Formats: sequence, structure tokens, C-alpha cells
Amino acid sequence: MTAVTRTALTLGLAFLYAPIAVLVAYSFNASNLVTVWGGFSLRWYAALFSDAPLIASALVSLEVAILASLIATILGTLAALAFERHGRFRGRALFTGLVYGPMVMPEVMIGLSLLLTFIGIGLDRGIATIVIAHATFCTGFVAVVVSARLRGMDRTLEEAAADLGAGPWRVLATITLPLLAPAILAGGLLAFTLSLDDLVIASFVSGPGATTLPMRLYSQVRLGVNPEINAASTLLVGLITLAVLAASWLTARRGGAGG
Amino acid sequence: MGDPAPHLDTAGLTLRGLTKRFGTHLAVDGIDLALSEGEFFCLLGPSGCGKSTLLRMIAGFEPPSAGTIRLGGQDITGLPPHRRPVNMMFQSYALFPHMSVAANIGYGLKGRPRAEAAARVDGLLRLVRLDGLGDRRPETLSGGQRQRVALARALAREPGLLLLDEPLGALDRGLREETQGELRAVQRRLRTGFVVVTHDPEEAMMLADRIGVMERGRLVQVGPPAELYRRPASRYVAGLLGDVNLIPGRLGPASPDGTRAVVTVHGTVRATDGGSSPAEGAEVVVAVRPESVRLGAEGLPATVLDATFLGDRVRRGLRLPDGSALRASAPPGDGPEPGAATRLSFAPADAVILPA
Repeated sequence: MTAVTRTALTLGLAFLYAPIAVLVAYSFNASNLVTVWGGFSLRWYAALFSDAPLIASALVSLEVAILASLIATILGTLAALAFERHGRFRGRALFTGLVYGPMVMPEVMIGLSLLLTFIGIGLDRGIATIVIAHATFCTGFVAVVVSARLRGMDRTLEEAAADLGAGPWRVLATITLPLLAPAILAGGLLAFTLSLDDLVIASFVSGPGATTLPMRLYSQVRLGVNPEINAASTLLVGLITLAVLAASWLTARRGGAGG
Repeated sequence: MGDPAPHLDTAGLTLRGLTKRFGTHLAVDGIDLALSEGEFFCLLGPSGCGKSTLLRMIAGFEPPSAGTIRLGGQDITGLPPHRRPVNMMFQSYALFPHMSVAANIGYGLKGRPRAEAAARVDGLLRLVRLDGLGDRRPETLSGGQRQRVALARALAREPGLLLLDEPLGALDRGLREETQGELRAVQRRLRTGFVVVTHDPEEAMMLADRIGVMERGRLVQVGPPAELYRRPASRYVAGLLGDVNLIPGRLGPASPDGTRAVVTVHGTVRATDGGSSPAEGAEVVVAVRPESVRLGAEGLPATVLDATFLGDRVRRGLRLPDGSALRASAPPGDGPEPGAATRLSFAPADAVILPA
């Protein structure tokens, strides 16, 4: 590595991660003032865990993320199987576009359109509507991860299973899904993190009593930054980092063998 | 030349007018073929000749555009792969990476009593000399061992017919020869019909009872290896099965001994009619294998260009007066040196007259 590339890398990483480092550092600040260092302390973490509304919103976020990522994982895997294993069916290109669409659509638009839909069908806004909304935009991400893996998977493995007398369901259950498991898990973790840190869409479709953690943090910031928010954000960053690391490790492992 | 064998052996595989069209491209073009039970048959041809597509149709992975496939008297044309009494060994072996060797071999035994399936897996492991390796994962095995796992797995269901797609293609040269012998021995023991697809003529000749040569989707000649080598029906078959010299000429009259004279620019030679029986005066080629070319005092005049020592034989490049080149090979020993003038001849029985 030359001096130039080393400098470029350092600057680039600093650009990406310095703000997060600052946030993490100040979450251990003893001072009441966000921007003045007053020594090391865990007092904001203690305050955090006695802040009932904040804990409640964190639990809402977790509940939404778990349910939404489960739904998105199932739907995304089914979509990927349809893309990659059902040949050139009629409308395949359109279907692909429709599933991937929400990934590139502006979140404001997704949120607004979902809100109008929920009002239109008379669905009370709450945790359920956030779950549905998050599952909607996460499905595409899961489909991308799973279909990439399916495309790289040796098709003859499934043919060999069929040749040995396995009907389509047994092939799916004993060959395709086990070999896809790492990708399905990675897609699910990706969906989980996307759901966990979504603010825009959740703001549109949530109702009273269903405030997610990002929504709570955002509303508190508008009243003034409080070191407790730093602590909450640090925990959120930690959780998401773990999930992303797990997802990339699963993808890199290529299913344990063969792949 | 794609005539099915005339006998009515319903125990083997019978193909009638089997055709596969991809869009406007005819990948397999009206194949008629009958194999007897327990026959070792080789489909030989270069890549893209349709041999793999033919195999995949027999396995059930490609629906034929036309024609029928019968096995043991039963029409299996419309059956999905998992209902066919046919198993396939894939070129890539397609071993399931998330299962042990024993689980791979036993995959097709679902539905049988557990003890019976386990005994069968043990028997197959012994058959392919992999006893004790049942608990290993495929990725920990060598290429040759994986090949044997694939063979055992394909044999587990006691198929009426085993299809093998380039079974030795992924092996090193030394291992190939050893494995060829083993494959042959397993087939003799089980008396299961084998259909092997290969592009390697040596492999086909070593393995097969009969070889079917494919060219652009058609079966152009079927016969035992020696017959195909000695009596090819076309220049294509002659060239596919080994090195061959082609001498152009004009056909002379037939003689009572079955040979015919061919008038070349260098002189008249005698050769055997390859079966196409063209009319007198037709443009033909005489096909002679290099090992059938004799150098000596009589025959067509030629100059020795070079001599290459190949251990068990010496190959000489020859030039005829019109500039065309031929090859002759002979056991090492005395023979004309490069630059020497010589004459070449061959026994009429060793030379075949083919359409030009």
C-alpha cells in the first residue's frame, strides 16, 4: 500500500465513521452538556435504562423488526425462487421490476402510498401497519440476496436429486433450501437492520402507541440533544453492526461447502 | 446409418425419431436407436453435436420435441425425471455438499426400510472401494473418490439404465485409465445398461460394446469400436476415431475380390468399398490409417519429410509429388531417413473408399 492510498483510505474511513465515533465517545461523557467533555461515565446508560418511554419504543422497534424481517424473508425467498427456478415465465421481467421497485423508490413516497392504502382499507394504524410497511420494502432486499446465491448455485444438484427419485417438494426441502440457508439468513438480518433504523416510513404509517426507537430519538432531538440519545444511538449502532457482520459472514461462508 | 438394430429386444432402451428443437436450432435430429439389455453404449461426438441433449432427454430433464423413449417395453417419454427407472451420473458429479458420502449414496433410497437402505449403502461403498469413508463430506475427498461416490449414488436405486455424462472428464490422465477399467468391471458385474457420453474417442473405444457417432444432432454411424475404426462410413467418422490419411481419386471398376481400383494422380491403388458403393468414375477418397501405410520398394512415390520417435512407434511425415502430405507409423527399427525417396503402399483390406 502506497502512502497515497493509505492517506486516501484513512480520510475516506474518517469521513464515514468519525461522526459515529464522536457519538459513541460522547455517550460516555459525564457532563450534562453534549459538546463539553466532563470525564468518563456510564450515567447516560443508567438514565437510558430507567427511561420507560424510550425502553417501550425500543421494544416496539424490536417487535416490528423481528416480525417484518420474518415476513420479508419468506416473501423474498419465494420471489427469488420464482425468478431463478421457474424459467422464462410470462411477465418475469415485470415481476422482477415490481419486487425490486421499493428498493429504489423514495421512502417518502412508499410511506405516503402505504398510509393512503391503510386509510383506504380502514386499517387502524399501529404496530401491524409498521410491520406491513417494513416487510414491503425489505422483501426486495431479501430477494436480491437470495437470488444472487441461487444464480451461483449448481443447478445440477437439484437435477441430481430429482434423478434420484425426489419430487419437487423433496428437492426444495432437502437440497435447495439447505444450500440457500446462509443467504436466507443473511437476507433476513439485512431486513432486520433496515427495519430497525427506518424513520421515514414508520413516521407515515405508525399510530398512537406505536412509536419506534428512531421516531422517539428523532422527536427528542428536536427538543434538544441530550446525552442519553447518544447512549441509545450507540446501542443501536452496536446492534446493527453485529447484524451486518453476521450477515456478511454468512454470505462469505458460501453455505459451508461446495457452493 | 442410424438404423436401429432389427431385433425386437424390448428389455433395453429404444429411441424412435427422438428430436429436440431449441427455437430454430435442431439439437437432436430424429434419433433411432435400440440398445440391448446390459449393453455398454457410448455416444461419441465433439461438443455441440447434441449428445448431451440426447442424454438429458433420456434422463427426463429435457422434453423431446418429437419421438418416443421406451425402456424395458414401457414408454417413458412423458415421465418426469423422478419417476424414471433411469439414473444419471453428472459430469460435475453433483454431489450434495451438505451431506455425508453415505447420505449422498442413500439419497435415492428414501422409502425403503432403514436397515435395508443402510446395508445397501454399505454394499455400494464396498463396490466402489470407499469402505469406511461414509461419514466424510464430499469436499474432503479426492477427485477420483468423488467420481466413485457419484457412481455409487447413481447405482443405488438399481436403475434399468445408467447414464454417464463425460464420466472421466474431470480426472487426471493417470486416474482416467485406471477408472476406465473399473467402470467397465462394475458394468460387467451388474449387467446394467450404461450409456456414456464422451468426446474422447479413446475412452469410447476402451469402454463401449458399441459406439454411436453423432454429428450435428444426427447419429451417423453405430457399431463396435473395431468396426468403426476399420470401416468408417464417412470422412467425419474416420477422422473422429483417430489419425487418418485421405487420398483423393476417381473410382475404377469393381473386381471380384470385393476391392476396387481408385485412380489417383500418383497412380492406381486398390481399396475396399466402404459400403456407399458409388458409381464408377465418382470422386472418392481412400482412407488409410497411418499404421497401415507400408514404406518400401513398391507403390506410390513419396519423400520422407520427418521422422518422430514416439517410443512404441515412429511416425513419418511423407510428401507425395503433388505436395500433399501423409503420415505413416511403424514400430521403431529400420526405415527411410528424412529426405529419402521411398514408395508407399497398403493392403486393400486396410483402406476404405469413402465419399469425397
